[in-house]
Amino acid sequence: MKSISSFSAFTLLLALLPLVGGCGSSTAANKSGAPAAASSASGSKTPVTLLNVSYDPTRELYEEFNSDFAKHYQEETGTPVTIEQSHGGAGKQARAVIDGLKADVVTLAIAYDIDQIAELTGLFPKDWQKRLDNNSCPYTSTIVFLVRAGNPKQIKDWDDLVRDGVEVITPNPKTSGGARYNYLGAWGYALKKFGNDEQKARDFVKKLYEHVPVLGSGARDSTTTFVQREQGDVLITWENEALLALKELGAEKFEIVVPSVSILAEPPVTVVDKNAAAHGAQEVAEAYLKYLYSPAGQRLAAKHFYRPSLKEQADPEDLKRFAEIEMFNVDEVFGGWPEAQAKHFNDGGIFDVIQEEIASSK
Amino acid sequence: MSKNFAKRQVLPGFGITMGYTVTYLSLIVLVPLAALFLKSAGLGWADFWKAVSGPRVVASYKLTFGASLVAAAVNAVFGFVVAWTLVRYQFPGKRIIDAMIDLPFALPTAVSGIALTAVYSSHGWFGQYLEPLGIKVAYTPLGITLALVFIGLPFVVRTLQPALADLERESEEAAASLGANRFQTFTRVIIPTILPALLTGFALSLARAIGEYGSVVFISGNMPMRTEITSLLIISKLEQYDTAGAAAISVVMLTVSFGLLLAINLLQHFAGRRFQGAL
Repeated sequence: MKSISSFSAFTLLLALLPLVGGCGSSTAANKSGAPAAASSASGSKTPVTLLNVSYDPTRELYEEFNSDFAKHYQEETGTPVTIEQSHGGAGKQARAVIDGLKADVVTLAIAYDIDQIAELTGLFPKDWQKRLDNNSCPYTSTIVFLVRAGNPKQIKDWDDLVRDGVEVITPNPKTSGGARYNYLGAWGYALKKFGNDEQKARDFVKKLYEHVPVLGSGARDSTTTFVQREQGDVLITWENEALLALKELGAEKFEIVVPSVSILAEPPVTVVDKNAAAHGAQEVAEAYLKYLYSPAGQRLAAKHFYRPSLKEQADPEDLKRFAEIEMFNVDEVFGGWPEAQAKHFNDGGIFDVIQEEIASSK
Repeated sequence: MSKNFAKRQVLPGFGITMGYTVTYLSLIVLVPLAALFLKSAGLGWADFWKAVSGPRVVASYKLTFGASLVAAAVNAVFGFVVAWTLVRYQFPGKRIIDAMIDLPFALPTAVSGIALTAVYSSHGWFGQYLEPLGIKVAYTPLGITLALVFIGLPFVVRTLQPALADLERESEEAAASLGANRFQTFTRVIIPTILPALLTGFALSLARAIGEYGSVVFISGNMPMRTEITSLLIISKLEQYDTAGAAAISVVMLTVSFGLLLAINLLQHFAGRRFQGAL
C-alpha cells in the first residue's frame, strides 16, 4: 500500500494472470462524444479533455449530460471541452483510479469507494464530501423491488421477501457496491420494525438471504438473472435500474413495488484535484460537477431515472415516476460508510457470518 | 539435453537466444509473479494464514480444484474422441467443425458464461427439460464444471491432433497381426503413444480451469461455501481494498497449480520414457 508503482505492478500482474483475466474487460474506457465541441473548435482557447470515471448505470445519463455540458461550457467561456467517459463496477473503477488511471472527476455509486481513493492516493482531501451540496450527491436513488407482471406472489414490503416460497434475487454485497444498499435497506427496515433491536435485524437479514438462490457478481448480472433467466420472484434493485428495466423491457412484463420504507442511495461525485490540476482542467472539472446541480443537469438526472437533489429544477413529468417513500440514510442508521463496511461487509463481517450459518444449516 | 549443448543449431548464438528467453520471461512472467509474492509477504505469517485458511476460502479451493480436475478429466476423454474423429475420418463439414474447436479460445469468457447459463438455467432450452428430472445445472457445481469443460476442450483436442496424426497405422496393423484384439491395441499401442500429448492437454485444460473467472461467475450463482470459486474470493478481497489478502490467496493457488503441473510434467516424462523403453 506504499507506493503507486507497486500498485501498478500488481495491476499489471492481475492483467496478465488468467486467474482474474475476466475482471479487466469491464473497465474499458469508451470515448463518448462531445460533437458540439469537436466541430466548432474554432475558438482561440486551447481545448481541454476531461476524464469522468463512473460506474455502470450512469452510462446513458452521462452520454447526454456530457454533450450538453460541452456545448454550455464553450458558449460560456469559449473553451472547447472533450469529455471521456469510463464505466464499470464502482469498486473496480475506484481501484483503477487508485492504480493510476488519470480521472479528473469520479462519479461513483457509494461514498466508501471515493473515500478509499482519497485515503490511498491523497489526490484530493479526505473531507471531499463536504465540498458540494447535498453530501456531494447531485442526484440520489433508493432501493425498490421489481416483480413479475401482476405481482403473482403479492409482494408489498420487505416482510414479504422472507415468506415461504418467495425467491429473492440480489447481487453479492461483497463484490457489488450497489448491493450493499440492498442489504442495508433490509437491515434498516428491520431495525425500524423491531424497535432498534440489532439481534432481530440480524435475524431478519439472515432470513432474507436464505431466500436468495443466486448471488450475482454485480447489479446488471442480477438483473439479467431475474429478467432473462427468469429466476426468482423479486429483484431487489436501485430505483433507477428498475425504471430503466421497465423502459427497456416493457412495462407489461414487470412492475415496481415500493416498500413502506427504504434506504436513500447516495451516489456522490468529486473532482480529483491533483489529476485535474496536472493538465489544467481543475476549472473545467469544477464547472462540470456544478453543472450537474444546474437546472439542465437536474433535468437530465430525472430524465435518466435518478431523483434530482433539487426537485424544483426538474421536469414535473419526470418527477411523477418517483413514488413518495420514507427514507433513511447510511449516516443516520449505520454511522457512515466506513463503519457499515467494517461491521457488515469486510471479511468476517456480519454478511460473511450469516452466509456461513446459512451454508452450514443446509 | 546436455549433449545438444555444443551442437550446431539452425539459429546461431546460444547466448543471444538464452538471454532473450530470460529477459522476456522475466518481464512478463517472473517479475509480476515476484510482485505477487512480495505483496502477500507484507502480511506476516499469522495474517497470511488467516487470509488463506478461512472456511469460505477452503470451501472455494475444494470447489475450484475439484471442478477443474473433473472438467480436465472429462475433456481428456471426450477431447480424445473429438480429436480421433477429426484425424481418422473424412466427412463433409470436417473443416468447419475443426475450426469450431477453437471458438472457446476466441469468445470472451463472459459471453460463454452467459450463453451457457441461458441454455442451462431452469427456463433455458435444455434446462427446462433437465429440471423436471431433478438435474439442476446452472447455479450449481455441475454448471461450474460445465463451463470449465467448455473453455478447456480446445487444449486437449489441439494437443492430441498432431500426436494422433503421427500415429502410424502400421503399428496398429502389426499389433493386430500379432494377435492383439481391438482393446489390447487401444490400451497397449495407441494410449502409450499419445499419453504424453494427452497429459499435456489435460494439464493445460486443468491450469486454464483453475484460473477461470469470467465464464464461471455467471453460471455459478456465487453462493458462499457452495458455489463460490476462488477467483471470485480474490475479486471480493480486492473490492474491499484488501490487496494483500487477495495476493495471499493467489499465492496459494499459484503454488498448488504449480505443484499439480509439475507432477503432471514428471508423469509425462516418466510415461514418455517408459514408452521409448518399450520400443
